[in-house]
Amino acid sequence: LLLLLDFNPFDNLLCILLGISFTVWFTLLLVFIIVPAIFGVSFGIRRLYMKTLLKIFEWATHRIERGAKDNNHLLYKPYSNAIIAKEPTSLEEEINEIRRRGSNRDLDSASEFEMSDIFYFCRRGVESIMDDEVTKRFSAEELESWNLLTRSNYNFQHISLRLTVLWGLGVVIRYGFLLPLRVTLAFTGVGLLVVLTSIIGFLPNGRMKNFLSEQVHLMCYRICVRALTAIITYHDSENKPKNGGICVANHTSPIDVIILASDGCYAMVGQIHGGLMGVIQKSMVKACPHIWFERSEVKDRHLVAKRLSDHVEDTTKLPILIFPEGTCINNTSVMMFKKGSFEIGSTVYPVAIKYDPRFGDAFWNSSQFGMVNYLLRMMSSWAIVCSVWYLPPMTREEGEDAVKFASRVKAAIARQGGLVDLLWDGGLKRGKVKDTFKEEQQKLYSKMLVGTQEDRSRS
Amino acid sequence: NGSKSVVRTLRPEAFKSMIPTIPVTNMVCFFAVSHSQITRLYSRFTSLDKGENGTLSREDFQRIPELAINPLGDRIINAFFPEGEDQVNFRGFMRTLAHFRPIEDNEKNKDPTASEPLNSRTNKLLFAFQLYDLDRDDKISRDELLQVLRMMVGVNISDEQLGSIADRTIQEADQNGDNSISFNEFIKVGNLQHINVWAGDHYLILSYILLSVLQD
Repeated sequence: LLLLLDFNPFDNLLCILLGISFTVWFTLLLVFIIVPAIFGVSFGIRRLYMKTLLKIFEWATHRIERGAKDNNHLLYKPYSNAIIAKEPTSLEEEINEIRRRGSNRDLDSASEFEMSDIFYFCRRGVESIMDDEVTKRFSAEELESWNLLTRSNYNFQHISLRLTVLWGLGVVIRYGFLLPLRVTLAFTGVGLLVVLTSIIGFLPNGRMKNFLSEQVHLMCYRICVRALTAIITYHDSENKPKNGGICVANHTSPIDVIILASDGCYAMVGQIHGGLMGVIQKSMVKACPHIWFERSEVKDRHLVAKRLSDHVEDTTKLPILIFPEGTCINNTSVMMFKKGSFEIGSTVYPVAIKYDPRFGDAFWNSSQFGMVNYLLRMMSSWAIVCSVWYLPPMTREEGEDAVKFASRVKAAIARQGGLVDLLWDGGLKRGKVKDTFKEEQQKLYSKMLVGTQEDRSRS
Repeated sequence: NGSKSVVRTLRPEAFKSMIPTIPVTNMVCFFAVSHSQITRLYSRFTSLDKGENGTLSREDFQRIPELAINPLGDRIINAFFPEGEDQVNFRGFMRTLAHFRPIEDNEKNKDPTASEPLNSRTNKLLFAFQLYDLDRDDKISRDELLQVLRMMVGVNISDEQLGSIADRTIQEADQNGDNSISFNEFIKVGNLQHINVWAGDHYLILSYILLSVLQD
């Protein structure tokens, strides 16, 4: 009896304490995060956080460099010295240059083939072995400064006690405080989205339904934005996509969707998944028309094009959001845009998204991490900082085909975001390059050899 | 014994998870400039090494799109692999790349009667010669020349035309009448012995590795 009596008050106290802390926790959450999300206002807490972090990172990097110098060690710096700086020259120009240097003959009587021609291919080949433009786009960007995450630091060693303590503190804060907070928010956001859109689905179609649907979508995406501690700067909002248009953007991660959709309403396009993703997709489409395809329908290009064009013709429907690269690239470049979305013939609203890698790398390397692993990494980084530029709308010009139009849009996005504009296909992440490119090179070289022979036979 | 200590520091397994800070003292005798460039090339090596076993196979090279579309891509890749082997480690990787060190100005002014340093113009020309010499018998036969030409032009030139190009080239280069081109004949073609393809090239900025160190 005495023992029972002993336990009870203690238990009670514990329960009361837990109850109080939960309530406080939830109230803070509500006041500082959820309510602003509903109304789209911001207290500026995240920006203050960002500034503080930057100062700490600078100190940390400086400390590492000093430590390395003191111990007479070398640091691994990704961007120093070894660059291959090429000027854009054609195959013909370069081979002629090599022939000029390697021949004591007068070039007017140019011979068809020189043994020195091999140097051109040799040099190009070795340059690409040392550094090429494509393979590095499929892995995370390398950083110059350290952001207190071991995952991004090659130089991490015990350099000073203060640095290690700071790093340890960082781990505690990120995994002990930030991660649970963010996971709570994420569940809240997703849960609200599913529940509220299902409820709205019962309303009759009309302006009220559209209005409510937009508000609900925006609110839930804003909560998700806070769940990632994403600090986003939107530029040129007067160019925001309008109904009946197609919004195209460069693709770095699934988070791109959340970033864009928290500032405007879009109709999403994609394949229906199973599991949680499928549940979310099915409930979203009840509130407003999104374009979801069955797995079998995805291969049928005509069906896809038809559904997209039907959607854009209906001006009561929201603008479509598409990522034409087709795969995630590491945000240092923009790769080939697939022409499908550019054949439809509606106005295209390009958007450039650039992440600041100092706070957390947003790139999803799908061959390295699964989705859940990726989201956990995102939620345990410091923050996701990015800039979004809404570019002026573009339409296909007279006589311009879809491929040229796609490259024009791509060039505009690359220019605005400060990204490298590449012609290579993002599909090279997984697949082999087509033989046609090699055949083009061979054709160019053959023209050099045979062309000269034709001239000779003429004279 | 000097090269052994370099190998110890550059042990690929040690680099697997983190690139450690490299003690400068071990490197200073053997590498002229930019140790960071060596670590950068090592980072490149590991990023190509998808199997993460410290060596590269031919498939790893083929994964580079710009190399895969190079008409002589296969020949260049072959240059990295010693006779009969399918894997190349970091040392072998660097040894082949070391051929592309630009020739420095102070070397040009050296006493012309003294023998040229190993990692010189001659070695660069030897590299190019070996791209032609498919069976590594130190001679470029008509057949080998035809095969390499075929790689460079694809299907765009007929067999007869290609054959006559090959015949003309061998005729001009061959001096001892054996209908094939030896290395000595190769370097005398045109002005090749004075060619400065890489040396004058400010395009390529590479680690300056003394070839003698990496040669066994």
